[in-house]
Amino acid sequence: MHATPAAAVTRALRLHRHRRDALVQILRAVQEHTGWLPRPLLAQVAQGLGLTPAVVEGVASFYRFFHLQPVGRYHLLWSDHITDRMRGSRALAQALCTRLAVAPGPVRAGALASVSTTSCTGLADQGPALLVNQHQVLTRMDGERVRQLADLVLGQVPVPDWPAEWMQVDDNIRRADVLLGSPPLLGDALQATLGRGAQATLDALEASRLRGRGGAGFATARKWALCRAAPLAAGATRVVVCNADEGEPGTFKDRVLLQCQADTVFEGMTVAARVLGAREGLVYLRGEYRFLLAPLQAVLARRRARGLLGHRILGCAGFDFDITIHVGAGAYVCGEESALIESLEGKRGTPRIRPPFPVERGYLGQPTIVNNVETFCAAARIAKHGDAWWSARGTVHSSGTRLHSVSGDCARPGIYEYPLGVSVAQVLHDCGAQATQAVQVGGPSGTCIAAPEFDRRLCFEDLPTAGAFTVFDHSRDMFEVAHSFARFFAHESCGFCTPCRVGTQLVLRRMDKLAAGLGSAWDRAELDGLDALMQGTTHCGLGASSTRALRDTLQRFGPAYARRLRQRSFVPGFDLDVELESARRATGRDDAHAHLEQHE
Amino acid sequence: MSHFLLDGTPVPFAAGETLLAAAQRAGQSIAHLCWDARLGPSGACRLCTVRVDGRLAAACTTHAQAGQVVENRTADLDARRLRLTQMLFVEGNHFCPGCEKSGDCDLQATAYALGMTDMHFELLAPQRPVDASHPDLWLDHNRCILCKLCVRASHEVDGKNVFAIGGYGASTRLLVNAPSGQLGDSALAASDLAARICPVGAILPKRRGFAVPLGARRYDSAAPSEAPATAPGDGDGAS
Repeated sequence: MHATPAAAVTRALRLHRHRRDALVQILRAVQEHTGWLPRPLLAQVAQGLGLTPAVVEGVASFYRFFHLQPVGRYHLLWSDHITDRMRGSRALAQALCTRLAVAPGPVRAGALASVSTTSCTGLADQGPALLVNQHQVLTRMDGERVRQLADLVLGQVPVPDWPAEWMQVDDNIRRADVLLGSPPLLGDALQATLGRGAQATLDALEASRLRGRGGAGFATARKWALCRAAPLAAGATRVVVCNADEGEPGTFKDRVLLQCQADTVFEGMTVAARVLGAREGLVYLRGEYRFLLAPLQAVLARRRARGLLGHRILGCAGFDFDITIHVGAGAYVCGEESALIESLEGKRGTPRIRPPFPVERGYLGQPTIVNNVETFCAAARIAKHGDAWWSARGTVHSSGTRLHSVSGDCARPGIYEYPLGVSVAQVLHDCGAQATQAVQVGGPSGTCIAAPEFDRRLCFEDLPTAGAFTVFDHSRDMFEVAHSFARFFAHESCGFCTPCRVGTQLVLRRMDKLAAGLGSAWDRAELDGLDALMQGTTHCGLGASSTRALRDTLQRFGPAYARRLRQRSFVPGFDLDVELESARRATGRDDAHAHLEQHE
Repeated sequence: MSHFLLDGTPVPFAAGETLLAAAQRAGQSIAHLCWDARLGPSGACRLCTVRVDGRLAAACTTHAQAGQVVENRTADLDARRLRLTQMLFVEGNHFCPGCEKSGDCDLQATAYALGMTDMHFELLAPQRPVDASHPDLWLDHNRCILCKLCVRASHEVDGKNVFAIGGYGASTRLLVNAPSGQLGDSALAASDLAARICPVGAILPKRRGFAVPLGARRYDSAAPSEAPATAPGDGDGAS
């Protein structure tokens, strides 16, 4: 019944027609059968694709969800976002390890279970969350669920037979406006686009002043126009890519849109295809959202059957466009559009040198637009209702509405859609937050603000956001928040450039030292120095933004740091007396002269 | 020909040329560790970070444009370069006095030129292996600075693809294309550019110590900006 590993490779290669650019998908398909990727399998994949084994190993070892060492048959990854920790995920993880009698870390081949952590899984409103075999998610974990989970694993019960309510992922839509409040689009926007024409649709998009929802806020119409104008090589096509690699910790709005507005997302992509004359569409779905793959493919199949995708869309000769879904494998940096394209091409997700920009040379060298899930939803709505309808909402520089993923210390976490320009205080009020100390706007790479700034507004001209809104009340230690973000960036650095690869490690070590009570004024100055260095010297935005939360919390929550600093200019990061322990053991001594005072 | 200004000096450039390539060709120097005129740019080491019309950018990946004002040797930029160099030192295990590359090492010479007198940061002291499996070459991962010059040289010039990059973040490492992952099982020959291009002592020829005495090596009397592009003895067909 079970295919041999070698047969699994052969089948994956055939399924993807031996295409090198499908390497990440092929490795995913193989690992779903084999659990992990031993060297001989990588060599077999390399041979089947005409790549060198080193290149295949290089790609496989880049992604956090590919395992080059054995993992358990039940591989259990705890989401390690700060909100998971606030709800006790660390203690639950420890309890699970104890019950399963496993230690975090490597396991033997054939082991029953392994337990580890992973970056935020996009379920901050219903954590603590667990990812099972990089496929299924468990939400709202608690002590009782952990006890039952351990029994199921020890009883070797297959995951599909686990309680269905554990895998329930709620939309938690708390406030809907035009994007969430309307039924999914089933061709209306496409009809309007065909009626109006490509150029007029692009003009409407420009007049709508829609800006990208992924964080950078680039004008959507301008991106599309640049791609439309880029020269096309013979046999090539323009490409429409939907960035559903929602990796920014605390963000989950794209997951909700893919759950309840998938048709609108695909319709927006198809509108873009009509405007650009693109034949190929790709969705880059983050690996953590693997559980959404089957429902999304069902939506695509339905749209093909309705004539909304495929050949002669809506009966229009020459309007040919289809969408395939590429599943990521755990790498935050792939949210950066050029890294995302590298990953789509089956490579390591390292950001490209730019220019050329993707609109000129993107996926397989073809002119490519990469837009966020929410951006495509908005574009589809604008195509249907027109620009005036959209730009009547929001502010002068920030038109329309946007979704906020609200989590943390509040009574009603979930998705809130507001016109751009809503104040932080309004969101806090609506979500039932009390005694709020701080809000992290836009995730760890965004902005951390304190109470005096809660009248600031969420829009491009004041507080831009990638969609996360994480609330911390006065019981929280803002140093711990910044510490967890430092851990995140050190884990997610792609390792390409010096300042990010080494700098994120050095920042984390400094924060670890402060957390251990060994911090001094010197360490505080070092953090400032590392922050200043990483601004402007890194290859991409990940490194540059990795110290933003650090800077914000240092400025606004100085006491959280100060109480960890000793009243000395410098304290070493190690304990001299502890270091002597092995010498004491070797010599059998424990007298006063065999000890050193650290601080004298 | 169009020009840009590098610290006030006009530098001519050809269309499509990067700031670093044009500067080097014009005999001007911008500090770098991962760039080589014979290979495509990478942008990994970031030592060549300059200020272009007020904005920080890597000179090796930024295309030159007429009239650009480029600052290079400012106190702020050199301070950044010093920290980046120290990062590369603490990230690996670099013991210059015991390294055959000493005096001919771009990392060491860059450190001296920037006035580096200490590591500044704590040593990360990673556990990295030495690969002595090749009959003619050493591969010491302790000294690798992930510049990818060998990766690119093997791909672009030697046509062999002996090297690749693996891992991520702090675990990023050089991979050898061989069934065993060992250099001795790879197609690398000592005469390949990939075997000779290492700017540090990570890839070195075996049985060749002190061929050029200490004191007479490339950087013993000249800073990297003034030293000849190839080491003495490098062009003598050593293989």
